[in-house]
Amino acid sequence: MSAREEILAKVRRAVAGAPETSVPRGYRMSNQVSDLVGLFAERVDDYRAVVHVVPAAEVPGRLAELVGERRMIVPEGLPADWPRGIGGTSVAELDAADGVLTGCAVAIAETGTIVLDTGPGQGRRAQTLVPDYHLCVVRADQIVSGVPEAVARLDPARPLTWISGPSATSDIELNRVEGVHGPRTLEVVIST
Amino acid sequence: MSSTFLGMPGSFPKNAAKAVQNSQLRYNLRKATHTIRGKRANVVGELPDWQELRAAGKAIKDETLRHLDRYLVQMEEAVTRAGGHVHWARDADEANRIVGELIKATGETEVVKVKSMATQEIGLNEALAAQGVTAYETDLAELIVQLGDDFPSHILVPAIHRNRAEIREIFLDKMEKVPEGLTDEPRALAEAARLHLRERFLKSKVAISGANFMVAETGTLVVLESEGNGRMCLTLPETLISVVGIEKLLPAWRDLEVFLQLLPRSSTGERMNPYTSMWTGSVEGQDFHLVLLDNGRTDVLADEVGRQALRCIRCSACLNVCPVYERAGGHAYGSVYPGPIGAILTPQLRGMSSELDASLPYASSLCGACFEACPVAIDIPEVLVDLRAKVRHKPAERAGMRVAGWILNDQVRLAKAQRLATRFRKLVPKRLPGPLSAWTDTRDLPDIPEESFRDWWERNERA
Ligand code: SF4
Repeated sequence: MSAREEILAKVRRAVAGAPETSVPRGYRMSNQVSDLVGLFAERVDDYRAVVHVVPAAEVPGRLAELVGERRMIVPEGLPADWPRGIGGTSVAELDAADGVLTGCAVAIAETGTIVLDTGPGQGRRAQTLVPDYHLCVVRADQIVSGVPEAVARLDPARPLTWISGPSATSDIELNRVEGVHGPRTLEVVIST
Repeated sequence: MSSTFLGMPGSFPKNAAKAVQNSQLRYNLRKATHTIRGKRANVVGELPDWQELRAAGKAIKDETLRHLDRYLVQMEEAVTRAGGHVHWARDADEANRIVGELIKATGETEVVKVKSMATQEIGLNEALAAQGVTAYETDLAELIVQLGDDFPSHILVPAIHRNRAEIREIFLDKMEKVPEGLTDEPRALAEAARLHLRERFLKSKVAISGANFMVAETGTLVVLESEGNGRMCLTLPETLISVVGIEKLLPAWRDLEVFLQLLPRSSTGERMNPYTSMWTGSVEGQDFHLVLLDNGRTDVLADEVGRQALRCIRCSACLNVCPVYERAGGHAYGSVYPGPIGAILTPQLRGMSSELDASLPYASSLCGACFEACPVAIDIPEVLVDLRAKVRHKPAERAGMRVAGWILNDQVRLAKAQRLATRFRKLVPKRLPGPLSAWTDTRDLPDIPEESFRDWWERNERA
């Protein structure tokens, strides 16, 4: 018997006659949040990321200021009036860049989380991982209140990266240190 | 569990007796468990529907286990459809052989690894070394453990038994390139680890991971982490091999809405961990292999009482509230699974033939704090009592009693433990109410044995 057949047969023997189950879903599917942008900004800030709330019309100008002299990776699919960047997909090119500028797919207010799905304006996964600085623009209409709404909006066929603050470790005497292997600085612009 | 991991080879009581004499270890453990416990309580308290999430989490896992055969086949189909390859491993040897062959096919002799309890359980690094392949751990804590030629002592913070001065010594001793004038500041040590690993990440061709969850409906794997080493391993290499226990499945995509709330809050005490990666099959041109691991899990599944241990999502909340773990430390449990969950999982996975495994069900005062903390409501005391009945090992039992007494040897704590035990007895329902009753309906939950707790109490008073 193959390992597959043997494991499946053992599982069937083990659960034979066990009762059926049903799943109670009495938890909240969404939350009443009066100020999604405010809550999201506060929660992102709790992770020691840098947050700016900016009116949509002023976003291009603010991005230009924030980018400054940095040599940024800018994936395709972002508005034409946002800062231009350098291309780059090879690991060496990404390692040489100063940062990356992206949009996102969904953001979660309650947990201060940004989700990337490699769609337009988000680049491949390596592009938002190797550069040391990540500048991410979240549109107000992309913010949902809680985790269930985010899961419902996302497509599991796409690779997804959920980001809640900059990379961090607490492995040394439980002291939190921001910035290990992922981008050490996360800066979020919320476009309202 | 055919490959054993031995932090310490003796029985739990002997190991614990050694550990309680190590004051550095006890200090670190106390600080760690109390800090994480406080953070967890804060973020759990924020959610008004925590108990509903917990009930759903328990039921989703029970549903997974009830139809594990169906969900495994569904997972296999979904991963294959998305361009991945699925392998099945009955035990540690088979899993290690499969992974070794997959690596050999790439021609590589070095691989990077992201922390995975399943691969520790099967002793993968050692097995690969025997096949001429070096596996590099990339979690900061795992790196400290690996460079120090040491064993993990906590699920979440495996190097918690090391202080900053020791970590600096290990780095100076074992790293090829250490920044000049390295201090023992956590920030400086983290920076040293970043430099040490960065080049390796950027050039590695093969990575090995585990997974926190697999979704049968979609074939998606999910890894939660903090440092970004997970993303490095999952994203950059051309070949990714994930070794995952068969019980890690969830039936449906939407089930993640429950577990992505339960796990981070229970584990690190954060609203969300910094990074979570999800991928389905082969993405962005990567060659993806999934190794489904049994290694004793189907035996656990066959036990009506013990099978609930398979609901475990390895959050470590039960460790952080356990008075015995706090004193004995992780190594005493002699397995990659320490603390209350280790006390019920290890003996079941390995069978209870060794002195150590037979003594593990006694590594508890049955105070019930673990059950209350557990996000999937595993009734650890219930399983412990059931395992004790199965062991019938007189010498181990006596030894176990003695050490539990020593570990909890002050009046206040004992009184507290006793109060908790009494309170807990009242909390244990004969049956779980409502829809939750389905799985427990097979049998009544046993009472916490009042008499034996008193016996235990009196005996360890004298010891
Ligand atoms: S038994 Fe429960 S509390 Fe302990 S690690 Fe597993 S899921 Fe977490």
